[in-house]
Parts: sequence; C-alpha cells; structure tokens
Amino acid sequence: MSSDIIEVVHVSKSFGGVIANNDISMTVEKGKITGLIGPNGSGKTTLFNSIVGYHPIDSGSIKFEGKEISKRRVQQIARLGLLRTFQQTRIYGRMNCVENMLISIPHRKLDLLDMFSRNSPDEYEKAHQFLDFVGLYEKRLLRAGSLSFGQQKLLEFAMALMNDPTVLLLDEPTAGINPTLINGLIDRLKRANEEFGITLFVIEHNMRVIMNMAEKVYCLAHGELLAEGSPDEIQNNQDVIDAYLGAH
Amino acid sequence: MSQIISNFSILLQAPIFNLSLLIDGLMIGAVYALSAYGLALVWGVMNVKNLAQGDFVMMGGYTAWFMSLYGIHPLFGVPVAFVLMWGFGWVVYVTIIRRVIDQDLFTSLLATFGLAIVIAQVLNILFTSDTQTADAGFDSFLLFGGLVTIPQVKLIAFVLAAMLAAAVILFMKNSRMGQAIRATAQDERAARVMGIDTDKVYAFTFSLNAAICGAAGALISMIWVIQPFFGITYSIRAFVVVTAAGFGNLPGVIAAGLGMGVIEQFGGFILGAEFQQAIVVGLLLLVLIIKQMQYARLRQVVE
Amino acid sequence: MNSLGLKIPFYGLILAFGLFAPLMFPAYTNQMAVLWLMIILSLTWDLQGGQMGYNSLGNIFFFGFGMYVSAVVQIGLVYDVGVYTRASGGGIFEFTPVQYYTGLALGMAAAGVLSSISAVILGRIVFGLRGPYFAIGTLGVAIAAGELTGAWGWVGGGQGITMPQVPGDPDSAKYFLYLLNFSLAVVLFIFLSWLYSTRFGQAINAIRDDEEKAEGMGIRTTRYKSICWAVSAFFLGISGAVFGNMIGFIEPLEVAFQTINFGIFMVVMVLLGGKGTLWGPIVGAVVFHVIKELTWTYLLGWQWVALGAMIVIIVVYFQDGIMGWVKRKKPEWFGIRVEEKEFAGQPEAAE
Repeated sequence: MSSDIIEVVHVSKSFGGVIANNDISMTVEKGKITGLIGPNGSGKTTLFNSIVGYHPIDSGSIKFEGKEISKRRVQQIARLGLLRTFQQTRIYGRMNCVENMLISIPHRKLDLLDMFSRNSPDEYEKAHQFLDFVGLYEKRLLRAGSLSFGQQKLLEFAMALMNDPTVLLLDEPTAGINPTLINGLIDRLKRANEEFGITLFVIEHNMRVIMNMAEKVYCLAHGELLAEGSPDEIQNNQDVIDAYLGAH
Repeated sequence: MSQIISNFSILLQAPIFNLSLLIDGLMIGAVYALSAYGLALVWGVMNVKNLAQGDFVMMGGYTAWFMSLYGIHPLFGVPVAFVLMWGFGWVVYVTIIRRVIDQDLFTSLLATFGLAIVIAQVLNILFTSDTQTADAGFDSFLLFGGLVTIPQVKLIAFVLAAMLAAAVILFMKNSRMGQAIRATAQDERAARVMGIDTDKVYAFTFSLNAAICGAAGALISMIWVIQPFFGITYSIRAFVVVTAAGFGNLPGVIAAGLGMGVIEQFGGFILGAEFQQAIVVGLLLLVLIIKQMQYARLRQVVE
Repeated sequence: MNSLGLKIPFYGLILAFGLFAPLMFPAYTNQMAVLWLMIILSLTWDLQGGQMGYNSLGNIFFFGFGMYVSAVVQIGLVYDVGVYTRASGGGIFEFTPVQYYTGLALGMAAAGVLSSISAVILGRIVFGLRGPYFAIGTLGVAIAAGELTGAWGWVGGGQGITMPQVPGDPDSAKYFLYLLNFSLAVVLFIFLSWLYSTRFGQAINAIRDDEEKAEGMGIRTTRYKSICWAVSAFFLGISGAVFGNMIGFIEPLEVAFQTINFGIFMVVMVLLGGKGTLWGPIVGAVVFHVIKELTWTYLLGWQWVALGAMIVIIVVYFQDGIMGWVKRKKPEWFGIRVEEKEFAGQPEAAE
C-alpha cells in the first residue's frame, strides 16, 4: 500500500543459535502512531535494529518509502529520515544540551562547506524551541551527561525532533520515567505526531501508554508475530493475554 | 632483494632446512603462547590490555641470567622468576592496575605502556643494552646427518613450557580460585553478588600473569636472547596472538602462538634478521585488518 | 573571563614573548623551539584524541613521514638522492641559499600535503578499529614505518640523512628555524580556535561522545574522521620537516619515528593539560616541557625512569588534567549553568 511508509516483509534474524525474529511481516502507516508490544525477549528491539540498519538481516526485505533499505548502512538510513531512540538513552554526554541539539540538525541538508561554518541563529532558535517543548530549556547549558535519566530521555527525544525525521522509532520511551511525568511525555509524543507530522513506531511495555496513543498495535512473542489489530482488539486477544502471563 | 630470493631458494633446495626452521619456530612459539595466554587471562578477566607483558618477560629473563652469573644453573631461574614476578605483579596491581580498571580502556593501555617504559629503562640502567643469553651448557641433538640441529635446551624449554601451561590449565579448571576467576571473567557483577571478592581475583590473576611471563622469560634467556628494549616486541607478539585467536579460545591461543613462532623463523630467514620487528608489526596489522573486514561484514566495528 | 579587553594584551604578550625571547636568551633558542613543537604535537594529538575520541599512539608516523618527504624534496631538487645518501655525509654537497630556501618551502608544502593524503589512506585501514585496537594498530604502523625506513637504502637506511645546512651564521639559522616553529604553532592555534567553533567541531565531539549515536543521527562519521586526521597529519608533517632541518641529521628510529619519545609525549602532555579543550594541550605542553628539561638536567641517567613514572602517575591520578580540575572547581567559567526560564514569554522562576 502506498501509505505504508515502512514495510517489513518476511524478515528473519538469528544470533548464533537464537532465533530473534522469525518470518515477521508488518507495515507502518504514514502519519500514524503504530505500537509494538510483547513480553521481554520477544525480539522487538532486534526488529528495530534490523530496520535502522544496525545489523544485517538473514532473510526478507525492509522497505522505507518504497525503497529497499535492508542492505544500507545506519548513517544512510538515518539520512533518509528514519531515526530511532535507544532503550538505554544515548546522548552526547560531554556536550551541553544546546550543543546536543545543534549537532542533531539533519545532515542530509548540509554540504561540506556548511560543516565549516558556525550554526545559524535559526538553528539556535529551533534548538531552544524543541528544548522548551520537552521542558529542558532552563537546563540547556548543563552538560548532557549530568542530567537525570528521565531528562536525558527527553533530550534524546528533542534531538530526534531536531533532525526533522519522517519516521521515528521509539524504543520504550516511557521506561524509567516518573509516572507523574508520563502523561506529559505521551502528550508531547502525540503533538509531535499531529503537529509535526512525524510517523511514530513505538515499542512499549506500559499498556496504558500504548493503548492511549497507538492506532494499530503489533504483538510479538518468542520472535514471531502473535497478533495485530487496533488497541481494543489486542487488549481482548486471548493469545496476547496468555503471552504476557506466561502460558504457552 | 636478491638476497631474499637466494634465501628463499635455499629453502626450496634443501627441504630438510625447512624442518629446522619449523622446529625452531615451534620451540620459541611455545614461549610466545605462554605469554599470550597470560595476556588473554588478564584481558578476559579484567579487561586490561597489558602492554608491559613483554617487559615482564624480560624481567624474568634477566632474573635467570643474573643467577647464571653466580653459577646457578639458569633452569633454576624458571621457578625463581615465577615467584619473583608473582610478587612484582601483585605490587603492580595494587599500585597501578587497581586504579585504572574502572576507567576507559585507553587509560589502562597507556598506564601499562608507561610501566613498560619504566621497566625497560631500569633494566637498561642495571644491565646495559647489550643482548644476553644465559648459558645453559647443554648439547644439541643432531638429526639427519647434521643438517638439523636441535639444541637440547630448546627441547627442555618446550617441555617446561608445556608443563607450565598444563599446570595452569588444570588449576583454572579444578581449583576454587580458578573457578572464581572464570566466573569473574564471564560476569563481574554477578560474581560479586555471589560473594566472590573480585579485587582478590584480579590481584591473583594479574600476579599469575606476571609469574607466567617471568617463567617464559627465564626460558627465553636460555634459548634465545634478552635485551631491555625487546620487551615491547613481545608485548605486540602476545597481542597479535590473542587478537588472532580470541581470548576465550585456549587451543587457538596455543596454535596461534606456535604459528607465530614458525612464521617469524621463516620470515626472519627469508627476509633477513633486521626485519624481525617489522615482521611482528606486519602480522599485527594483518590481523587487525582481517578482523576489521570480518566485523565490517556484520556492520560492526572492532572494539 | 572572556572580555576582549583581557584577550588582546594577553595574546599580544604571548606574541611578543614568542618573537623576542630567543633574541634575548639566545642560548635557549633550541629549547624554546622545541617548546613550540611540543605545543604543535599536543594540539594535533588532542584534535584527534581529545576532541574526536580516537586515541592514536602512532601520530608520530606523520611527523617522521613529513620529515623524510621534506628531506627528499630538499635534496632531490639539487642532487640525486641516492648518490647523496650513499655518500652518508661524506661528500661535499653545497646548497646555495636560494636552493636551500626553495627546497625548504617546497619540502614543507610537500610534507604537509603528502602527510594528509597518507592519513586519508591510513584512515581507510584503521578507522574500523576502536579504542585500544586503534591505539595499538597505529602504534604498529609507526613502528613499522621506522623499521622499514631503516631498511631502505635510498633514503639512507639506518645511517640516516644529513640535512642541507641552513645558510648564514648559526645563530640566525637557529632563530630562523625557531620562527618557523613558532609561526606554525600560532597558525595551528588560530586554525583550531576557528575549527572548534564550527559545526565540524561539534561533529567530531559527537563522534567522541557516542559514535554509534552520531551514525544513527545521520552524521557522516567516516568523512569527518578522515578530514580530522588529515588536518592533524598536515600540521604534523610540516613540523616534522622543520624539526629535521633543526636537528640537521635525521634517522628513522631516534629522530623521525620516535614512538617512545615524542610519540608518547604528545599523549601525556594532553592528558596532563586536559583533553578536549583548546588550552589544555597547550598548558600541558608547557608544564611537561619545563619538567622534562629540568629532569634531564638534574636527573641524568634516570630521566627515562622519571618520565615513565610520570606517565603512569598522570594517567592514573590526573585523568582530567589541569583544565579538567579547573572545570570542576569553576564550571561557570565554562558556561555551565542553569538559566532563568525566559523563553516564549513565560516568566517562571529558575529551578
């Protein structure tokens, strides 16, 4: 379908003897929020890693905007507009927040000459805007490495926004965040999707979050696709319930 | 260049000579394998890449040589070097290594490099920069009508090296400390949770490594030459072997160590002795490049 | 701390010192020339190591490479290089001032350019290695270069090459070469202060802090790594060329590819002064150079031991260096602070 911005077709990936992803097919619709759930070890992060080019896949195909990306390298895929955030939250620890933002401008729009000039006032403006959007404006001159875990997560999210992505793969965006702040994060994610038009593909463990946000949900278990559907359908799916409670 | 070709043709014309080089290579390769094993041990357990490895070897060598000056047979130098270097390794661990374990890898590399320089320079001041060999006074076996000489001392060294390796391996498998070491190597945090005193394990491992190097050095002093500044080359050799074999892979380390000894002998003969160091470094670059290509295929980097 | 009123006299003082000190203390000219060289060595190492996170133990390769390139050019313009080196300084090879200076200029240019190119080529081989592998790999390259050059007869092999003499009386010759070192250091400093303010500077910092993250954000890491190393190599090559002329006699292991002397000094100086800052390497170079000169004079015989011990102590106890210590004591000086929230007209108090 032409509105599918990511197409995963019969993708398999194993590490040594462990089959992490077994013949998985799914699509992510453009402009919407899609969820990926499943118990620990079901292969969610592996699938994300495969999509962004972190490792090669054993078989199958992955298409982004209709183009095959399964053989491309991480930087190339990122420059096409497909970004991801990490479960363990990765930011540039020794630079301050503003610098983290400035370096996150989309490099596909820069040529070599741009690299050797200073950041424009527009970029600073945009960086401040996004930092304010995630609530980090006052902390913007602090070293990113000295922020709390939750604050780093927000920074990572802001950096992703700064990069003007088409699609954002979020790996457990609410993990480790204070429950009182989760609503604020969900709100921002939704706004990013609605206002900035970014397609979101989200791995989540927090059912409340994903059911609140996503329009379509896929569930993985033991490396395979267990179920797919709307949040309501998934919530009432016996297989999904069993998978989470441990019944085989 | 013509010299190289003529050397090469000698090998082709007299196959027996190849055997001589091969045996020499294996003998000395056994000692390389020893020091490489020690490096792999320290690397696997504490993630410290010890660039002073070769200098530990030299220290052992000078211990044996020094003893031989006083009429004590250098073979006794092997256990003496083992014990002395054990103590030295422990001191080094407590003063230096313990403090750099938690920091990034470059720090430990640089710290051991600094240590290597200090050791080499002190040895130079104490013993001058002449090369030395400890005279073991053994004869040689003559094979194939005198075309192949096997000095008895090399054979003895080989056997001793093998015995030492076997002893260490048995120790690692069967003793409590050995098990503790292997547990810590696999998962340091889990080991600590289980009540293993990781600091003691590290101290033991590092001292053991220094002792193994010391013994290896004592053997080297008998079958080859020692010199204060040869240490860094030994460090690189050990590093090449461990990189090529992978540090969990004991048979691989032994095989690679022996292989390196053989390659060096043949290379040294064909290209000339001045290229000894260049050969070692060349092997290093080769191993690193191959590793890089392997990883590149997996879209990863060599870390 | 950053007001212009302080900056101008500060830099002016340094310039004045640089230009006139050797004229006032001619006996120390060479030592001061080496001081500027140390600054060049530490700044170029920090560019790659402290700013980009690729700790090389083999940067000295470019230094020696540039030295030899320049020697070949300087000699080769006038005489047949092979004949010259075979004579091992025994023949009479005169260089007119014109020949010398053109040779030197071309030699320095060639040294810089060819070093840069070699960095790009080398980068393709070693940039897939990380951390300690990169360090040891580069160390191996530097050692190999020393060994192979020592076996290459055309460039003098182990005998080395006697460099063409600087025309004029010895004192002005020394001062001339000193000025070359000084100006190179100044140019490098100005260049780096500019470079670190550009997007490129941020990019290499990002590579240092988290290369995988940088890749994941679409930053062209491979390209920038090559450029960074090429820049380091450029300045290293030229400084090597100058040093060769200063010493007057170049030799592969002791002078050109000195992995144990300059090769390790450059790392230690940066660690001492503080990695990843503009002034850290400079401070470290000055302190190190002074300490080294003192120990060499007063601890002769044991100087290497003292040096090795110093390396160990700095690495173990002074991880962040002098600038790191300052940063910890006075973070405000470096702009690290929490701001009042004054964005988008929302008058909320700072946290």
